[in-house]
Amino acid sequence: MSRRDQPGRDPAMLPMLRLLAGTHGDDKHDPSALSILDVVWVLYQRVLRHDPATPRSEARDRFLVSKGHGPIGLYAVLADRGFFPADELAHFLEFGGRLGGHPDRNLVPGIEVSTGSLGHGFPMAVGVALALQVKNSDRRVFVLIGDGEANEGSVWETALLAGSLHLPNLTGILINNHTSTRPLGDVAAKFSAFGWAASTIDGRDHVAIEAALRSQDATRPSMVVAEVDG
Amino acid sequence: MSESTMREQMGSTITELMDVDERLVMVLCDISTGLFEHAATAHPGRVVSLGIMEQTAVSLAAGFALEGFVPVVHSIAPFVVERPFEQIKDDFCYQGLGGNFISIGASHDYASDGMTHQAPGDVAILRSLPGMEVIVPGTPAEFDALFRETYADGAPTYFRTSSQVNRASRPVRFGQLDVVRTGSATTVVAVGPMLDRVVEACLGRDVSIAYCTTVAPFDTAGLRALAGDRPAPILLVEPYYAGTGIADVVQALAPASVRVESIGIPRRVLRNYGTADEHDAALGLTAAGIRARLDALLGATPG
Repeated sequence: MSRRDQPGRDPAMLPMLRLLAGTHGDDKHDPSALSILDVVWVLYQRVLRHDPATPRSEARDRFLVSKGHGPIGLYAVLADRGFFPADELAHFLEFGGRLGGHPDRNLVPGIEVSTGSLGHGFPMAVGVALALQVKNSDRRVFVLIGDGEANEGSVWETALLAGSLHLPNLTGILINNHTSTRPLGDVAAKFSAFGWAASTIDGRDHVAIEAALRSQDATRPSMVVAEVDG
Repeated sequence: MSESTMREQMGSTITELMDVDERLVMVLCDISTGLFEHAATAHPGRVVSLGIMEQTAVSLAAGFALEGFVPVVHSIAPFVVERPFEQIKDDFCYQGLGGNFISIGASHDYASDGMTHQAPGDVAILRSLPGMEVIVPGTPAEFDALFRETYADGAPTYFRTSSQVNRASRPVRFGQLDVVRTGSATTVVAVGPMLDRVVEACLGRDVSIAYCTTVAPFDTAGLRALAGDRPAPILLVEPYYAGTGIADVVQALAPASVRVESIGIPRRVLRNYGTADEHDAALGLTAAGIRARLDALLGATPG
């Protein structure tokens, strides 16, 4: 189900793509799964502080997949990183398996939040970011939302809220594969207007992805709009 | 303590607990912010005033819970239960997170504000959520006791506070019916603020009265012990939609067959304004109205 010849991709991604190619996918959510692949792989490979052996460690950065759709892409990356055995991918969506069509934090190591209903994970991420500040933790919070998800009102409640808070530890990633029924226009400009440090990148360019995800504003939350072709 | 409202009691109880429990976080949506000014100053970051965005508030509170905090979300009943119902369901119940949801404006407390500010169906919908605890105190002191007992129990818990209160507090415990008196003709279950009018309605009647402040989980064993194996008819008196708790009563007494009557708010759109007392009078939610229903159930002549 994946394309391996994408320009800008790190060849080191191939083992994960092979894992993904061995799955049967989920027809209605395959585009969603493919759209996040490069960003999620680069995040885990190069940016996110994490240890698959201790997935709930206080020392980890948090990564919340707000949209919850198309998790087979996320599962493949987690399996590639060693959070759970890769052979479980073959049991995606199966009764008795733990890799469902939307992820469950209580079943799958490495899944921070149970999502699937759109517009929930984004505000949860703000809560996590605020909680880490109360703990005086320097860990970062990454949250991935989809362009279709950005039709939800709670996404824009959260944009308004977080943009007015001192949250340099929060980085949003909006994967824009242009599936939104309502055209979103210049998404980065919208988040900038809400007070975020926003940028737009090619969501398949690994160098650009890494640079954007490593970047942190001193005072504001960051939003990275990752443009992908589907 | 007895002079304060449940709402004021919420402020003082939580403020006091925040001084000793670093896990406690208050999430506000422009309602009751004045009650938490001291706590906001004393505990930076643990009183979060968001603005009017209740769905975001519940999800954000879940974010705090994910990091080991004990969040409390507060607003008027329609806005802390009905608007963010899916967030409560997914983000707390399904994720297995603990947190607290405290409403003001029970049923028609805010009668003059009309239907949009009333939520007589709040308990009914919350009862559909697995693991959701529902508490309906009858006095400020009972709120204080029940909140302290349950706020950090790891479950999502709803506290339904009201401007309607009973005159005296009872020794309430979470999950337990409180037997006010025993009789033989029937058992009357009074929920939260309905107790005073139930006691008045039952004067001179040979009935048991059970006081219920924990609606979920319902005290099955307590009701079975009070009603016995061959239960007389049960009268359930609720401050929200009538019949919300019938299934709990029937299941508690199974396999015995039992007749259950319920008194509460009828399931129809109520278009009157005025006061809560005027609504109660119009709906028969008074001592006289309850007595009339009780006597009809008993087949007795009203006296």
